[in-house]
Amino acid sequence: MSPTQQQARQAAPATAAPAGGAPAPRRRRRNLLASRYADWGLPAVLVVVLVALWQAVVSFGSVEEYVLPAPGAVLGKMFGDFSLFAEQSVPTIVAIFVGFALAIVIALPIAVAMVYSEIVRRAVYPLLIIAQVVPKVAVAPLFIIWFGFGQLPKVLMVALICFFPIVIDSLVGFRAARPESLMLVRSMGAGRWQAFWKVRWPWALPSIFAGIKVGITLAVVGAVVAEFVGADKGLGVLLMTARGDMDSLTVFASIAWLTVIGFILFILVEVLERVLLPGRKSGRRFEASGAL
Amino acid sequence: MAQATTPFVEFDRFTKSFDTGTGVVTAVNEMSFELERGEFLAIVGPSGCGKSTLLMALAGLTQPTSGQVRVAGEAVLKPYTDLGIVFQNAELLPWRTTLQNVLLQAEIRRTSKAEATARAGELLGQVGLDGFEGRYPDELSGGMQQRVALVRALLHDPEILVMDEPFGALDALTRDQIQIDLQRLWMERRKTVVFVTHSIDEAVFLADRVLVFSPRPARIAAEFRVPLERPRHLSARTSREFGDLVGEIRGVFETLGVLSEEAK
Repeated sequence: MSPTQQQARQAAPATAAPAGGAPAPRRRRRNLLASRYADWGLPAVLVVVLVALWQAVVSFGSVEEYVLPAPGAVLGKMFGDFSLFAEQSVPTIVAIFVGFALAIVIALPIAVAMVYSEIVRRAVYPLLIIAQVVPKVAVAPLFIIWFGFGQLPKVLMVALICFFPIVIDSLVGFRAARPESLMLVRSMGAGRWQAFWKVRWPWALPSIFAGIKVGITLAVVGAVVAEFVGADKGLGVLLMTARGDMDSLTVFASIAWLTVIGFILFILVEVLERVLLPGRKSGRRFEASGAL
Repeated sequence: MAQATTPFVEFDRFTKSFDTGTGVVTAVNEMSFELERGEFLAIVGPSGCGKSTLLMALAGLTQPTSGQVRVAGEAVLKPYTDLGIVFQNAELLPWRTTLQNVLLQAEIRRTSKAEATARAGELLGQVGLDGFEGRYPDELSGGMQQRVALVRALLHDPEILVMDEPFGALDALTRDQIQIDLQRLWMERRKTVVFVTHSIDEAVFLADRVLVFSPRPARIAAEFRVPLERPRHLSARTSREFGDLVGEIRGVFETLGVLSEEAK
């Protein structure tokens, strides 16, 4: 075998990357359009079908309203008693926001400490797992005993319940930076601080956002659970009271409003992610970490 | 002049061992060699023989277990910053465009952005990336990404260029072209280059001198000067001198047992 043949043979398996020219952008744009359609169009159709099915069951099955109110009636209640729901939503939403922010503010520094210190990582990791395994719903009554029926136990419950996914995904993110990239900036004279902000932090952001997205959906659960166990106001309180009166319509409307709130919060996080991370692909990583 | 006789880069009984948990592995043992200023040195050797370790030690990113690396007579004890690195993967930051990736070099060094931008544009033009300043890495081919990495490594006009199998992941044609481009850039600047590769052809085509490393623990099994005229053209590869030298180096690997006609 001649030297050139030999080299050609060696190089052949590495031909994964295209030799010339950038990949054509057109195909990419079409894929994006197709995926947008799949993102919104298909789920919307499915929702319409399911609601129609629900309406059909109520209409043709002559189901009592206290068992299953019709979707139209629920919608009417949601907006007919809008001021009531709005008023009760405020404490719930405030608890979600404050608790959620608290979770982020605590989770990020802990994740950073775990990345930079082996000792911290070894010490904290088992505790994190234990904290996650403890059924937090069961802890809620304790919070009520300790902190009363106001906002504080709700805030803490929200923080506790969304802390874990945020800290774990942040940890994964901070460790995702390629060692070569870190070497590269160190050889440019970067200190730890610069290496963190220029490489580790931006590298971690998609993963942090994945954790935050899981967290925000859990935050709503946390607030409602705390309100179930004991609170003076909030959508969860309204729901529990209505259940006591067998007022299924209000229960359904409360659930619907909680769903709307959770959905809007999720969208807000997604928008924030798109603003902060332009040109980056979202979604794939979220699905991957959603399995956590 | 005393300076002219002092080698620019010296590896002095350089030894590096790693504790793998199950025992200490010596990657490089008591290795000594030198580079003159402006020399293009290629290192060829089997995988895992500690070639990368040498490069990282020269960059000051790792310290030898014993021995020393000296640049211009001074021991390298912390990251040596008058140096550019190109890795096998381009290591571009995916959230930065081509230009932003190149300018990272200036941002970290806190040098003038206007100057750096002008220079980046010029260098990108020289490697045929005009008009790609605003593209993200995933919109570039492997060869283009590696060119961006090369421009980033040259932006601050470093004295030393360290290249760790930089073209190893590229296909054969792209590789030929980028070798020609690298030679041109080097001839214009005459930086001191340490170039690690698996490809004997590549080493002979690019370097003034080729060091052949043995398997671990690495030692210098042979050293060759490359007598080919510069600029070297692709046709040089079919020349007799080229073929002979490549054959000789391959012969060294056969003697070392790295290459064998028999099935392993």
